[in-house]
Amino acid sequence: MTERSIISVKELEHRFGDVRAVDGISFTVNKGEVFSFLGPNGAGKSTVINILITLLHLQKGMVTVAGHDIQKSPSLIRNSIGIVFQNEVLDRDLTVWESMEFHGRLYAIPRDERRDRIEELLKIVELTEKQGIRTKYLSGGMRRRLEIARGLMTRPEILFLDEPTIGLDPQTRIRIWDYIRRVNKEGTTIFLTTHYMDEADQLSSRIGIIDHGKIIIEGTPTELKNTLGSDIIYLDTDDNDRTASLLTNFQGIHSVRMMKDGVNAVTSIDGTRCLPQVFDLLSLNSIKIFGANLKKPSMDDVFIHYTGKEIREESTEKAHHPHMRRGR
Amino acid sequence: MSLEFITIFWRDMLRFVRFRALLISSLLQPAIWMAFFGVAMSSSFTRFGTYAPSPEGVMAIGYLTFMAAGVIAMTSMFTSLFGGMSLLFDKTFGLMREMLASPMPRTHLILGIGLSGVVKAWIQSLIILSFGLIIGVNFFQGKNFPELAVSILGILLFVGVFSLGFTFLSAAIALRQESHEGMQGIITMLSMPLFFTSNALYPIENFPVILKTIALFNPLTYLVTGIRSFAIGDHFYAFGIEYLYSSGEILLALGALVLFTLVTFSLALYSVQRVTIT
Repeated sequence: MTERSIISVKELEHRFGDVRAVDGISFTVNKGEVFSFLGPNGAGKSTVINILITLLHLQKGMVTVAGHDIQKSPSLIRNSIGIVFQNEVLDRDLTVWESMEFHGRLYAIPRDERRDRIEELLKIVELTEKQGIRTKYLSGGMRRRLEIARGLMTRPEILFLDEPTIGLDPQTRIRIWDYIRRVNKEGTTIFLTTHYMDEADQLSSRIGIIDHGKIIIEGTPTELKNTLGSDIIYLDTDDNDRTASLLTNFQGIHSVRMMKDGVNAVTSIDGTRCLPQVFDLLSLNSIKIFGANLKKPSMDDVFIHYTGKEIREESTEKAHHPHMRRGR
Repeated sequence: MSLEFITIFWRDMLRFVRFRALLISSLLQPAIWMAFFGVAMSSSFTRFGTYAPSPEGVMAIGYLTFMAAGVIAMTSMFTSLFGGMSLLFDKTFGLMREMLASPMPRTHLILGIGLSGVVKAWIQSLIILSFGLIIGVNFFQGKNFPELAVSILGILLFVGVFSLGFTFLSAAIALRQESHEGMQGIITMLSMPLFFTSNALYPIENFPVILKTIALFNPLTYLVTGIRSFAIGDHFYAFGIEYLYSSGEILLALGALVLFTLVTFSLALYSVQRVTIT
């Protein structure tokens, strides 16, 4: 463990019966960064998080969190981390204030300090006016904000956010991103999982992608996007199959992928130079182009490229990401 | 000493007070037992009583007075057996993750729920006592104020140890169950035989040997004995049977309940250490 690392995972393995949920993964999270942990549903993300937050026993591997060995001193770790769980964990019959109060007492924060922190945090997440209201009467966004405030109550060194903006409207998501950035700026390391690639792209200092219990690739968002080549050319023509086969052998094109309504070609050179050459090639072969588009790879592209499939989201979430459905 | 179990207790009581329907029904139910079952049965039993006159110098008590102690005991048992239910809710709705991921020792989860079970049983017992006295239960006959205070404290001690034991048992069940239906089934299966093989509603002295042996291992019997000795006295006559409690017997009853509570505490502790929620 280096001086900068705050979470260190070495050769972590975890089985549920015969199922190997985590298959020997290693990674580190540096102090002060926002580390995003991405992967399709069932990739092993939750298992890793549950081990890191001490809800699952370590079966095999070496894990340190906030400088403490997970097997030797789980309670020291518990005191150093804050958690916002994937599914809502709020007692619907307690008020906003009581939910915070309950949490503060669980962590044995002294009374006066507890009151000050609750006041301060409710102000930050703009729930001061709702403090006497039972959580069941709050909107989904308010509940999530309350959970984030609660996770911060113990002034944790690391805040675990397991899909913090799932099911929230764009305005609320942007607001929550602001809180996350603010908290991170004040020195809290963030461990984030999300199914929203734009979220990971926006917030992360570094990203690790996990699938089938293994880390597939790790790096900054820019590094990951650069691994895909420079640019992506999208073409829709009167003969997409022939276009694809022509492009596959074309110099300057790195790889080609058939889409439902067109062809995606990843360039190995600057796309703005490559595009005119592609136009020439197609017109030489008398292929008529209906539409064309040139874009930089997004985190969605990175994710799909490395996990070989689209993210397996809950169906209700799909509406936010129409472009994610394309490559299926 | 850390006091996080008070936090668990505080939340459980908040919920108890907040669920109006639960609160009101749990307070009314024992009163209804007393008012209907008690009055109805005593009107029949009092007639039998005339065929078996009490020996001279021994206080004869009516059925309503006899069964009032049983109603307190029964109510304590039912309330406590449902006391662990909130753990099952916390488990199935995932709320327990917040507690399990906190630095609070897991023992406190059990202790907090146990304390809340005790307080609920105390509240109910005091209500039954007051209501009983109003409808004519002959408790605390001829006692002066200090004696009355001792009697009430004695009853609360017995009820406290007993409901602590049963709440721990309930917690142990809740931590192992996955569904509320399953838990309901287990509670019903446990409470019926316990209730009917105890001395809550009738004497066990005339039981067949097998039932008598079961009654001997029934915590409810010891609770009822404890309550009667404090509420009625150590020497009385009911159902043609002369009851004479020595202080040794009372201590034995208390000891049996303490032992029972220690056993169920271990069960609950074992269950809470093993529970995983992800």
